[in-house]
Amino acid sequence: MQAIKLIGVLIIIVGFALKKDTLATVVVAGIATGLAARMGLMDILSTLGSAFLSQRLATLFILTLPAVGLCERYGLRDKATDFISRLKSATTGRVLSFYLLARSLASAASLRVSGHPQFVRPLVAPMALGAAKALFGRVPERAEDEIKAHCAAADNYGNFFAQNCFIGASGTMLIATTLSELGYAADPLHIAAASVPVAVAAVLLGSASNLLFDRRLGRLCTGGRK
Amino acid sequence: MTAAEILAEVFYGLVGLLFLLVGLHARRAAGPGTMLFWLILAFTFIIGPWLPDWVTGLCIVVLAVLTALGRVRSGVSDAPTDEETRKNADRFGGRVFLPAVVLAVTAVLAATFLPFGASNAIGISALAAVIAALLLFHVPARDVPRAAVRDGVRLIDSIGPVGILPQVLAALGALFTAAGVGDVISSAVSGIIPAGSRLAAVAVYCIGMALFTVVMGNGFAAFSVITAGVGVPFLIAQGADPVVVGALGLTAGYCGTLVTPMAANFNIMPAALLEMRSKYGILRAQAPVAAVLLCVHIALMYFLAF
Repeated sequence: MQAIKLIGVLIIIVGFALKKDTLATVVVAGIATGLAARMGLMDILSTLGSAFLSQRLATLFILTLPAVGLCERYGLRDKATDFISRLKSATTGRVLSFYLLARSLASAASLRVSGHPQFVRPLVAPMALGAAKALFGRVPERAEDEIKAHCAAADNYGNFFAQNCFIGASGTMLIATTLSELGYAADPLHIAAASVPVAVAAVLLGSASNLLFDRRLGRLCTGGRK
Repeated sequence: MTAAEILAEVFYGLVGLLFLLVGLHARRAAGPGTMLFWLILAFTFIIGPWLPDWVTGLCIVVLAVLTALGRVRSGVSDAPTDEETRKNADRFGGRVFLPAVVLAVTAVLAATFLPFGASNAIGISALAAVIAALLLFHVPARDVPRAAVRDGVRLIDSIGPVGILPQVLAALGALFTAAGVGDVISSAVSGIIPAGSRLAAVAVYCIGMALFTVVMGNGFAAFSVITAGVGVPFLIAQGADPVVVGALGLTAGYCGTLVTPMAANFNIMPAALLEMRSKYGILRAQAPVAAVLLCVHIALMYFLAF
């Protein structure tokens, strides 16, 4: 019965799906897997401890937080807000594409802001809605909802797909450490470089989606359907 | 120990020191459980390497028990006020972006030109960025020690125990490897992948990453499982570049994040925050882009990894 070793995978899936405590789910999954493979308890603890210590690299991003926090205290977010609000873009889609690009660049430069509460709600969504109102005069409820959805989406694209371009990103570290545990040395610098094509593709695809959305918005706001 | 290894221990010691400070700060507001969590974590970072490995393993189990019991809470309330940041922003202007630029540029330069490796480059760049920030913002000499750590402590506290998740997942990957989980998954998957078909292997890996991420709502957790089970035996062991497979594998998982309500803080919470009528509107907006982007991943991996 080799399949019993998959108990850990099952625990992870169920634990995450039921929103159980993340850390505890992972540790329980690890111990259960070890027991299923008939490892001794001390053996399991040693494996866990030794891998945890050799992978402290994955938590090294903590050292960048004092500088990031200091910049926040000295007005990083306020200046970013000033910068974005100075833009005068004609359409909703262009506002969104510009934000996508700015968010991607910030992510790649290790600025890990939580974009939805800090930028999307107070800034990007009002600007995107404002652009649509200026263009069409009237924005039906349904179109307004879709504009907000695309604002949130732009933040996610920029955040997800550009963050690994920074060598100290936790995702980059996870890739490096997981590969080395599996027996393949991988340099974080090379992983960051290999993450660039997808970051570019995400900006291009997101922008294309925003262009299409501009056309759809035209239909929604001026067409017969309300 | 080599110079690079000694330097690495120094940086891990500094991380441990920050955890220690979080624990001491959090004590009053968040209770003894929270303090214990950060102190134990600090202990593993600073002293762990000089003790038998099982001690650290036991520490991790205790950490998990503390978070499972809900004893670890946020305890540092030291956020700058809106007036404070606005006043500082008006005073310093665009210069506030400079430390972030220093961080990114020094990291790449140190990784490329210094003989300490890419991981130490992160520590070096982090120190450079703090020094740059302290100088740029004219922090008076007597305030330097406090200013250098207070905002780091605040951010670590607000991130909470999730911050060590990547490291714990890497340790889980090690246990999976020791137990032979990868072998079980790969023998199950080998039926799907025709022998020698690189395209099929790439597609199964990328789609598997996305699907597992949809189910778990977390690309990091999917990555350790799918990379051990599919990525290594069917791609890397067949000659694919581990760096390309790993880098594209994780972001292929993120395509799954774009379409799962499980990733509530990205897809559901913002809908509430933006006062949208439809809870799933963001997922609907993202689905087409996610699908195309997943295909882009498969194509990129097929052409770049081999």
